[in-house]
Amino acid sequence: MTDPVLATHGLTKQFGAVTACDGVNLDLRAGEIHAVIGPNGAGKTTLLQQICGTLRPDAGRIEFLGHDVTATGVQARARAGLARTFQISALAMEDTVLQNATLGALGARGGAFGMLRNALDDNNLRSVAMAALDRVGMADLATTRTAELSHGQRRQLEVAVALALAPRAFVMDEPMAGMGAEGSHRMTAFLDGLRAEAPILLVEHDMDAVFALADRLSVLVYGKIIATGTRDEIRADRAVRKAYLGEDA
Amino acid sequence: MSREGVINAALLAGLVAVPLWAWAGDEPFTITLATRVAILALAGVGLNIALGLGGLVSLGHAAFFGIGGYAMGILASHAQAYDPIMESPILIEGTKLMPVIWIIAIVAAALAAVVIGALSLRTSGVYFIMITLAFGQMFYFFSISWPAYGGEDGLSIYLRNNFPGLNTLDPIQFFAICMVLLLLALWFNARLAQSPFGLALGAARQAPRRVETVGLSPFRLRLVAFVISGAITGLAGALFADLNRFVSPTMFSWQTSGEIIVLIILGGVGRLCGPVAGAALFITLEHFLGELSEFWHIYLGLLLLAVVLFARGGIIGLLAGRAATHD
Repeated sequence: MTDPVLATHGLTKQFGAVTACDGVNLDLRAGEIHAVIGPNGAGKTTLLQQICGTLRPDAGRIEFLGHDVTATGVQARARAGLARTFQISALAMEDTVLQNATLGALGARGGAFGMLRNALDDNNLRSVAMAALDRVGMADLATTRTAELSHGQRRQLEVAVALALAPRAFVMDEPMAGMGAEGSHRMTAFLDGLRAEAPILLVEHDMDAVFALADRLSVLVYGKIIATGTRDEIRADRAVRKAYLGEDA
Repeated sequence: MSREGVINAALLAGLVAVPLWAWAGDEPFTITLATRVAILALAGVGLNIALGLGGLVSLGHAAFFGIGGYAMGILASHAQAYDPIMESPILIEGTKLMPVIWIIAIVAAALAAVVIGALSLRTSGVYFIMITLAFGQMFYFFSISWPAYGGEDGLSIYLRNNFPGLNTLDPIQFFAICMVLLLLALWFNARLAQSPFGLALGAARQAPRRVETVGLSPFRLRLVAFVISGAITGLAGALFADLNRFVSPTMFSWQTSGEIIVLIILGGVGRLCGPVAGAALFITLEHFLGELSEFWHIYLGLLLLAVVLFARGGIIGLLAGRAATHD
């Protein structure tokens, strides 16, 4: 078996007396979608923040592409190829859709160089940004102000900005949150194809999407992973049913 | 051309037309007023890069304005006294040549902005406002207590500095110099706003988390913007001191910082010609209301209140509507 793209070893984070993350071992392998599920307050966001570098773990290690990145910050991990989408859209609302996607293209280029040329006249940047928008079906919205987008469209744009980075792995925090059934369905189909390009660590509440997509699932309860396995293994797991899915699930 | 573009063009044409008309009618005082507008607008263009594009509310831009002023004052005072600034280890003499003074003012203000920015930008919000204010005050008190260059009394320069081929003592020619520099700064600002750097800086203001997660550093973007901003305001300071042929600690005072912010808010934060509209209004009010009452600032305050409450985009926002998006 090849080394995982992303792995955590004994990741622990405490907030006062609360252990939000308790010895978490998790790995993301090439070509897979690995979903992390768990009830509210289970520590999913804390886990993602540590993986992406916003939060420093109290103990444990994070490896990305074979390198220990535990001590590095958000920007270094992003430059190494870790792309994140946020649960609550973090986009430049006054800017156009294309400008937001171009920001991703600037990230892929490695810096916002140039003060006198128009960013949108740069053919390389533009083609990267437009290609990313096209893939999420937003090319015709390129000149729309981001503030005018629907909630679901903002989720798509989040993904497009991450795509423009041409990352080695995606970390997605509830990409379907607040999307309608149709949008959720389209996003599911899109992520399904995306895994071949770069593996996805997916935190999602939409169980239909999770069970449709995930190659493997990890169940997080009170900061601990109580089970990791394939869809069928998780469905059959007694502890999971008790803790999360409910006995009648 | 967009509606804002038309308004900007009209505004700049007006700023050129008024002094030309005054020149024809031989009213040098009006030309001087227009020159003040151009210089304050230039200082405002500087701050607007930090404030409008970068979202950095600096209440310490008087530091850069004053540094520009003192760069001019120190260089020119040594030159007029034929007294070198430094003899060993290398000889450094003063100068009366404007382009040299400008470059030194820009470099000095930029260096100060690197230091002030590197420290201040570790904070944000109210703390950023307070720490920039504190730096401004440090320069203010330092200038007061530095007797070599006039202390509280400031420095007077007998003759305006020289520009090759021009008679700078002629008000209309000095106005032309200031206006050209203002136009250059506006051109640079317009390009910057559309550039990759401007795009990332604007995103760092609106969604810093996003900028970080694409691997760019909001801190570095803001620091570069702050340095550019300080450098342009420093250039304005050198011109302002040259206009008055006088530099004093007042240029470093927090009221100066406040005035630059006020004129941006009046004109329109983040609008290209916001500082121009704001400076024109500010100087007009100062001139006409100042004649009516010593306490004209009360009316300025009321106007500011009205703008903040009812016209958040300032004059430009009122006339041109919401900022246009660019494609």
